[in-house]
Amino acid sequence: MKNKILMSGNEAIAEGAIKAGCRFYAGYPITPQNELIAYMSSRMPEVKGVFIQAESELAAINMVYGASAAGVRAMTSSSSPGVSLKQEGISYIAGAELPAVIVNVMRGGPGLGNIAPAQSDYFQATRGGGHGDYRSIVIAPSAVQEAFDLMFLGFGLADKYRNPVIVLTDGMLGQMMEPIKVASCKFQVSSKKPWALTGCAGRKPNIVKSFFLAEGALEIANLKLQEKYKTIQEKEQRFEGLFLDDANIILVAYGSMARVAKGAVGALRRNGKKVGLIRPITLWPFPSKVFKSICQRNKKSKVLVIEMSYGQMIEDVLLSVNGKLPVEFIGKSGGGIPSEEDIINKIKLL
Amino acid sequence: MEKIYRRPESLYDTSTHYCPGCGHSTVHKIIAEVVDELGIRKKVIGIAPVGCAVVAYNYWNFDCSEAAHGRALAVATAIKRVRPNNIVFTYQGDGDLAAIGTNETIHAANRGENLTVIFINNAIYGMTGGQMAPTTLLNQKTATTPLGRDAKFQGYPLKISEMLAVLPAVKYIERVSLQSVPETIKAKKAIKQAFINQVDGVGFSLVEVLSPCPTYWGMNPVDSLKWIKDVMAKEFPLGRIK
Repeated sequence: MKNKILMSGNEAIAEGAIKAGCRFYAGYPITPQNELIAYMSSRMPEVKGVFIQAESELAAINMVYGASAAGVRAMTSSSSPGVSLKQEGISYIAGAELPAVIVNVMRGGPGLGNIAPAQSDYFQATRGGGHGDYRSIVIAPSAVQEAFDLMFLGFGLADKYRNPVIVLTDGMLGQMMEPIKVASCKFQVSSKKPWALTGCAGRKPNIVKSFFLAEGALEIANLKLQEKYKTIQEKEQRFEGLFLDDANIILVAYGSMARVAKGAVGALRRNGKKVGLIRPITLWPFPSKVFKSICQRNKKSKVLVIEMSYGQMIEDVLLSVNGKLPVEFIGKSGGGIPSEEDIINKIKLL
Repeated sequence: MEKIYRRPESLYDTSTHYCPGCGHSTVHKIIAEVVDELGIRKKVIGIAPVGCAVVAYNYWNFDCSEAAHGRALAVATAIKRVRPNNIVFTYQGDGDLAAIGTNETIHAANRGENLTVIFINNAIYGMTGGQMAPTTLLNQKTATTPLGRDAKFQGYPLKISEMLAVLPAVKYIERVSLQSVPETIKAKKAIKQAFINQVDGVGFSLVEVLSPCPTYWGMNPVDSLKWIKDVMAKEFPLGRIK
């Protein structure tokens, strides 16, 4: 355990963001992500960054829009009801092609819901969430160390594609403490932002906008976005696979849920069951390629999707499997979390 | 022959999309002149609003950003905080600044952000077709107050400048008008002061401009100016508020 420090998931995300070069944070308190905003309030001044406790989630996301437009790596965080409020800003960030990182430490919904962990904002995160034809890149850590590490990927992809990146986690991972190695790592992306608002000295004025009034102009802008999304779908799918070579039952779970699923895989493997796991790390783009190869290789296998929701990611699994393998589901939400026993009992019935 | 009056460098040589008699063109030109006179064109970042002036950046020859409706002061706050050496201003209408964005307005002002705010008050929603604004006068007919604004149902005209003036972090507020040439000259002086304040690091400065909307007031441009002088300026008195 040498050189490791004990951190909560929320703190690891914040420190990861700072190590990844985030120098602007604006947020608004909401449980269960409050450790993140508190951590940023003390650390940002230490790295000569800007911290603002905004007057609302709307203001926070629009501050991120402004900081990003001015060329600085910027982030905000919230939990489910707060992220609903941020959707307006996320749509504008996508439309103006600004890089930004938005953390959602999910809790139970709909409405005010509760403060227990859940995964019921999957649709909102992966389908756009705000108005218009846009996509956010969505990454889902499953451990405190990974929460830290993935912040480099998050800021890197945001800059590379000039696109919002959502870090989708939940109250369990946010509050959980684990020893982690805090390292500096560089995601190789050019830091030059010739489009940023810096004052027009030595160049023509820059305009950051998402408004295209002239006939056909918005269509051209949207087609350009769609081309970008295609490239992201092709190049940025990420997942963790366990025992996929011989598995005839393939569990699919992400984030905190994948930790429980891994426990079940271990227990079942010890009993000789050929169970494997696909853990999507990017939820958009969804790692559909691995499912296509599973369909070709493990022709007699069955797929079991496990979520802390009543079935959202399962739609992406069904689209990826495209009817070639049977797909089953276990899900709970609103404070309930499927247990190892739930998974094992369900597999007995398959 | 010496040229003593010319188009400011900060203003593109193009025609605008604004209605005849609208105040936006005048205030755009004033801002461009002030930016040139202060020599800050290469440092300025303007935030255009949602509403009729959404494409203000088509006329200004310096860096600009859009903002979602009402969020200009959140965007401006962040830009100024991460680039304190730039000169950042917002250009906002009454719906933007005093209705959907009231929260952002009050809190940016209360934080004392070192920003310049140009607040165009025409007592109506222009771009969406002439609906009631928070600043619509009592008895004023609009698309959504067909019988005139009634205090009993729609409340009173919101005096956002007076409200902001009570905040200790707010340093300068002045209400000006485009009702006549002398008043327009005063408007330019106030707008220049609001920019000078930011250059000097004084803090939050706001200039409210009573500006004509002949199209949705249902008046010709000349009567519109008269209406500002005779009616609107009675409800919204001109002069330095703070």
